[in-house]
Amino acid sequence: MAETLIRVQNLRKIYGDKTVLKDISLDILEGDTVVLIGPSGTGKSTLLRCMNLLTKPDGGSIWFDGEEITAPGVNEDRVRTHIGMVFQDFLLFNHLSALDNVAIGLTKVLGMDKEAATEKALRELDYVGLEEHADKYPGQLSGGQKQRVAIARALAMDPRVMLFDEPTSALDPELIGEVLATMERLSNEGMTMVCVTHEMGFAREVADKIVFMEGGVVVEEGPPQQMFTAAQIPRTREFLGKITELYGDHE
Amino acid sequence: MLNTFLYVAQGLLVALEVIAIALPLGFVLGVLLAILRVYGGRFIAPLVGIYSAVLRGVPPVVLLFILYFVVAGAVNLSPLWAGALSLGIISSAYQLEIFRGAFGSVSSGQMTAARAIGMNRSKAIRYIILPQALRLAIPPWSNEAATVIKDSSLVYALGVPEILRRAQFVSANTREPFIAFGAAALLYFAMTFVAGRLLDFVENKTAIPGEVGG
Amino acid sequence: MSELVELFARFAGQLWTGTVLTVQITAVGLLLGFLIGLPTALIRVYGGPWVRWIAVLYTELFRGTPVLVQLFIVYFGLPDLGITLSRLAAAYIAMGLNSGAYQAEYFRGAIQSIGSGQMRAARAIGMSRLKAIRYIILPQALRLVIPAWSNEPVALMKTSAVAFLIAVPDLMGQGKIIAARTYDPITSYLAVAIIYIALVALLMLGLQWLEQRLRIPGTEVEVQRV
Repeated sequence: MAETLIRVQNLRKIYGDKTVLKDISLDILEGDTVVLIGPSGTGKSTLLRCMNLLTKPDGGSIWFDGEEITAPGVNEDRVRTHIGMVFQDFLLFNHLSALDNVAIGLTKVLGMDKEAATEKALRELDYVGLEEHADKYPGQLSGGQKQRVAIARALAMDPRVMLFDEPTSALDPELIGEVLATMERLSNEGMTMVCVTHEMGFAREVADKIVFMEGGVVVEEGPPQQMFTAAQIPRTREFLGKITELYGDHE
Repeated sequence: MLNTFLYVAQGLLVALEVIAIALPLGFVLGVLLAILRVYGGRFIAPLVGIYSAVLRGVPPVVLLFILYFVVAGAVNLSPLWAGALSLGIISSAYQLEIFRGAFGSVSSGQMTAARAIGMNRSKAIRYIILPQALRLAIPPWSNEAATVIKDSSLVYALGVPEILRRAQFVSANTREPFIAFGAAALLYFAMTFVAGRLLDFVENKTAIPGEVGG
Repeated sequence: MSELVELFARFAGQLWTGTVLTVQITAVGLLLGFLIGLPTALIRVYGGPWVRWIAVLYTELFRGTPVLVQLFIVYFGLPDLGITLSRLAAAYIAMGLNSGAYQAEYFRGAIQSIGSGQMRAARAIGMSRLKAIRYIILPQALRLVIPAWSNEPVALMKTSAVAFLIAVPDLMGQGKIIAARTYDPITSYLAVAIIYIALVALLMLGLQWLEQRLRIPGTEVEVQRV
């Protein structure tokens, strides 16, 4: 049955005198697409970055595939080869072509030889629909194309789970669709995904579970059906109502 | 007149020798020290900072003399080598600041993205940060190269028979100081000019397509 | 270590006079450089093709050749043309000419970054070019240039050390004399180096203070360090 791929237990993170994550406990089941929503600054991105250890939590623990990755002595770099991340500002490697952006993890981290890596990289680029742009550089690509290359780069590592940190927030409205389509396809093919996003249409149609966070804690979580129409906690209803009003239904 | 010029011009090879030792030495040291300065941590980084402040706070000719006597006392080196090595060490301090600035110009997101696909710090520096930083460093480095070329004239004070010393000698003998030193000036100018064009060429060749001015 | 302290004590007088001379040469060179550099920059930006060419020649030559060569040309070469100079005068002139070229580039950068719009606006209200430069462009440029320009005093102070090679008894010159007297070149020049570091540090503090006092908030532009 569906295994718990990531388990977050009582996570705490403090920046200066601000407690961004107070006490977060969350389970991500394998194959699920989980969407994190909540007001800005409530630690959603921070939580995501804790999951792949880019940010070190100050308390609590995180378990990935049965292993406690927040324990001392864990090789973080190795863990990160199994967790893919896509950033709001794409963060493509500026000095490399699209192809090399996707291939560099394969050659320099996984030790693949050049031909095999190039072949795989082209396949990933094809998956996101950008094979013909393989030799272009980030400066020559549109925002939507850049983000899709970023997705290909993360997918190339064959991760167990993909983390998306507001992947469409920096994009012009007309470019959002292509990225969401790629994400939806990934989700339908069974990839475990954790997404921080404001795209309510995506959340409603694609998510298996929606987690509403505020004030550093999980306020409520549940399947989209329940969360959007019959949320238990008033604050959840209030937030979701406002958000749907504001962002509408993107397709 | 021509003889004077030719006499001085023979010092060109010596000058180039000095530069060929000093500039690469400064480069290798400079890059390494810049990495230590930026990524070295709480103890090493400040030490490198002191190295930089001291070597850049003293006139090159003063440092040249100190290093020359220190080196000559310890190892048996020709004045040319002692002078060139000293110039290289001095240049490494200025170059380290250049590369440090270049590292700073590479956005921090690049490191984040590199870590996210499982690269450790040294791989990230080597394959992601350094290639970008080196490109950004070319314009200020071009200035430093010109400076090293000009500062090579300082080994005159150590008696090395390069351009300026030959000019001085022939000027005293032929009573044609203007031509002698003018020749020297011309030779140095030619070197800095050629270096500048070379580096412009390198900058164009290594430019990343699609980037507007870096 | 103790030799160092001893040396400082024994030669305090000489080191002091050397320091004073170094500061003097730097100050005079800086001033001369300003008086040469600013007009040069203006000529380069606003001058006609012939004068501009001369300005370019000057800046390229003096930035593209070693200051030591320039010093030798001034001190050894000018007598050829009938102009005999004292060592100190030669140092002043060489430093002035050298600094002028670098300062010209700093000023040029600042003037150009002000943008042609300002000149246009000034002409539009009937100002002559000269008036526009004097009342509109220069006041802005001179403030804009401060961060980049403050590299120059420090650079010039370090550059001035070569004057000792024509036997000017500046700080480094005194160092050489002391080295000859003590047969201990390393300690002697170390003492000189320490004083230079102190001078540079003081100079930088002073410039920082000046920068704070003179800056207009919101008008800073990154001027290319030449």
